[in-house]
Amino acid sequence: MADRFVAAIDQGTTSSRCIIFDESSHIIAVDQREHRQIFPRPGWVEHDATQIWARVQEVVAGALGKAGLRPSDLAAVGITNQRETTVIWDRATGRPVHHALVWQDTRTEALCAELSGGPNGPGRDRFAATTGLPLASYFSGPKIRWLLDHVPGVRERAERGELLFGTMDTWVVWNLTGGAVHVTDVTNASRTMLMDLRTLDWDESILAELGIPRSLLPEIRSSAEVYGTGRGVLEGVPIAAALGDQQAALFGQTCFSVGDAKSTYGTGSFLLLNTGAEPVRSKHGLLTTIGYRLGGEAPVYALEGSIANTGSLTQWLRDRIGLISTAAEIETLALSVEDNGGLYLVPAFSGLFAPHWRPDARGVIVGLTGFAGKGHLARCVLEATAFQTRDVVDAMVLDSGVELKSLKVDGGMTANNLLMQTIADMLDAPVTRPFVSETTCLGAAHAAGLVAGVWPDTDALRAEWRRAAEWTPRLDDAVRNRMLRKYRKAVELAKGWIDQDDLQDETEER
Amino acid sequence: MPGTIQSLERAAAILRLLAGGQRKLALSDVAVTLGLAKGTVHGILRTLQQEGFVEQDPQTGRYQLGAELLRLGNSYLDVHELRARSLMWADDLARVTGESVRIGVLHQGGVLVVHHVFRPDESRQVLEVGSMLPLHATAWGKVLLAFDPAAPGELDEELKVFTRSTLADRPALDAECARIREQGWAGDREEAVEGVAGLAAPIRDHRGSPLGAVGIGGAVERLTEGGEFPPALVAAVRDASRSISRDLGAELFS
Repeated sequence: MADRFVAAIDQGTTSSRCIIFDESSHIIAVDQREHRQIFPRPGWVEHDATQIWARVQEVVAGALGKAGLRPSDLAAVGITNQRETTVIWDRATGRPVHHALVWQDTRTEALCAELSGGPNGPGRDRFAATTGLPLASYFSGPKIRWLLDHVPGVRERAERGELLFGTMDTWVVWNLTGGAVHVTDVTNASRTMLMDLRTLDWDESILAELGIPRSLLPEIRSSAEVYGTGRGVLEGVPIAAALGDQQAALFGQTCFSVGDAKSTYGTGSFLLLNTGAEPVRSKHGLLTTIGYRLGGEAPVYALEGSIANTGSLTQWLRDRIGLISTAAEIETLALSVEDNGGLYLVPAFSGLFAPHWRPDARGVIVGLTGFAGKGHLARCVLEATAFQTRDVVDAMVLDSGVELKSLKVDGGMTANNLLMQTIADMLDAPVTRPFVSETTCLGAAHAAGLVAGVWPDTDALRAEWRRAAEWTPRLDDAVRNRMLRKYRKAVELAKGWIDQDDLQDETEER
Repeated sequence: MPGTIQSLERAAAILRLLAGGQRKLALSDVAVTLGLAKGTVHGILRTLQQEGFVEQDPQTGRYQLGAELLRLGNSYLDVHELRARSLMWADDLARVTGESVRIGVLHQGGVLVVHHVFRPDESRQVLEVGSMLPLHATAWGKVLLAFDPAAPGELDEELKVFTRSTLADRPALDAECARIREQGWAGDREEAVEGVAGLAAPIRDHRGSPLGAVGIGGAVERLTEGGEFPPALVAAVRDASRSISRDLGAELFS
């Protein structure tokens, strides 16, 4: 058999990338270009979808050029993307009616509050039983409604069926196919707050509630099937996969079995746990989402928990506290002491998120004595990331009854050996790092390659996954339990710090 | 009255900004954040880049702090910084050679393993970060003995014999070090552990002094052919050592 290559397009929040893999999952070429971040007002974040499409074409051509390949050398292309970012365009001209509203954009917060109906209303979870998501400004549904309400003429044109909505997967596939195919995959659809997690179809009652015409919406397809054939820069290439970025990383880390989990450690962190064939409704404020769906197979569900402050804590120690001069030095400083010296840090810088959900909490460092030094401070900063990971994992285990077998990690912080060891110690489960650090692109390429027959099945992908490092737990149960107990006490102390007049001050400052 | 120099102030602001984020920044990020014209920022960044204070990612065009800054403060290199900057090259070396990779630095009379990448196969392996390798009986140790003037003084009076092949007498070890300096890399054939061979090359700083050693280790049957190290393996190890050294600011052609 001739060499077979698979391309992945990663349409991300700050840039678009194209990576070409060979059939051994080795990276052959990478190309990446940024697009403009548009901040019209505080809290508003937009992208120019036309520019994004131009960048996507450039990086595809760039990666093919670097690899010395033609489109006909590609067996398939898979797409992964920033999730929830919303664009509406004219189906005849392909021109967006407005900049895309990016997932971080908070302009729909008031709309979400209104939909939750105040103190006596149905609450933030009114659509959670159906969609797995609370009412929050991230998700696409409220963003579509905002565009319908605020951009002149859009509601009328939408009702006449002239317009199309898409997340970035949909936008890229529609453009790659020359406007022939208007689809989204289940993982992206699961972030719109419009899809029923069980039927995998748009929920008519939520559409009616939000006033969104169904004609706007793409057809929901699986994450791995041929949606269409490329035109132009990918002439003739089957477009065979689409997955939201975190789900693509789950797939790229070969988390195919119930209990498999991955965590991407960056500024903040995203943890996803494969919970199998049934959606698990969280009682702890985790999100229920689709992990992936391969063609006609049953969907695989996942629980998702995010941690607001992980890598940002090291930056805080470096830039605000000035204790270290490079991020890597935190490990040196933390290793200058044997343990945390009794210090525990709860980084609730803007409140406590999953699984505690206490906006009135603020960060605390407790256990201070005259003995505590900067090494202990560095140590407790690192340990905070491990404790938070454990908090999210505990909530996932409680919600799903699924036991975590091991945690697969990726992201910049995996270079920190002490942190990875501490996470293994606190989880009492092995933590593993794969060779291919580009797990997001790898996941999209793998899903597309499965469809094109480059790989026969998920077992083949699992067999190809290689451990570059593994940290095994080596802490005494007694020590671990004591540390977890202390951290939980620290969390209790962080709660309720914010008073009514603090909130007023904060509002005035904004 | 002597005023301040505006372009130096701006350069300082740019350096502080680059030091402030974990991710690399694009020209436009820097310009927007500091409220300066792109052209102004570009000029300053180019100058800083020439001086080695700033590096540009060839792939993405984004900027980050350069290796020269590491040097300015202190000639000492944080071993965790060494690991962070070696990560990608070490992964590649393991993939290309199919063997496990270790990076070691001189520490208390031995070689401290600061980074370890598993052999890319199905086998069960244990992470050895933090463990020690003997100076005179491993490829990593011999690289340090040959290139680092501080290393020989760290040797024990009596050299420990681990196997039949251990070089335990001084003249033999000195001759081996001369050969290593000559060829630029070190090999050990079952000198520390029966059945295990190693192949390592130095990681150097900008002055050419060795900061540590990077190498592969594994079954002697895989690492050697007829008692010799195959040129392809030697080349892979030396490529990795050069790439890491370059990332740390070494000038390879001086």
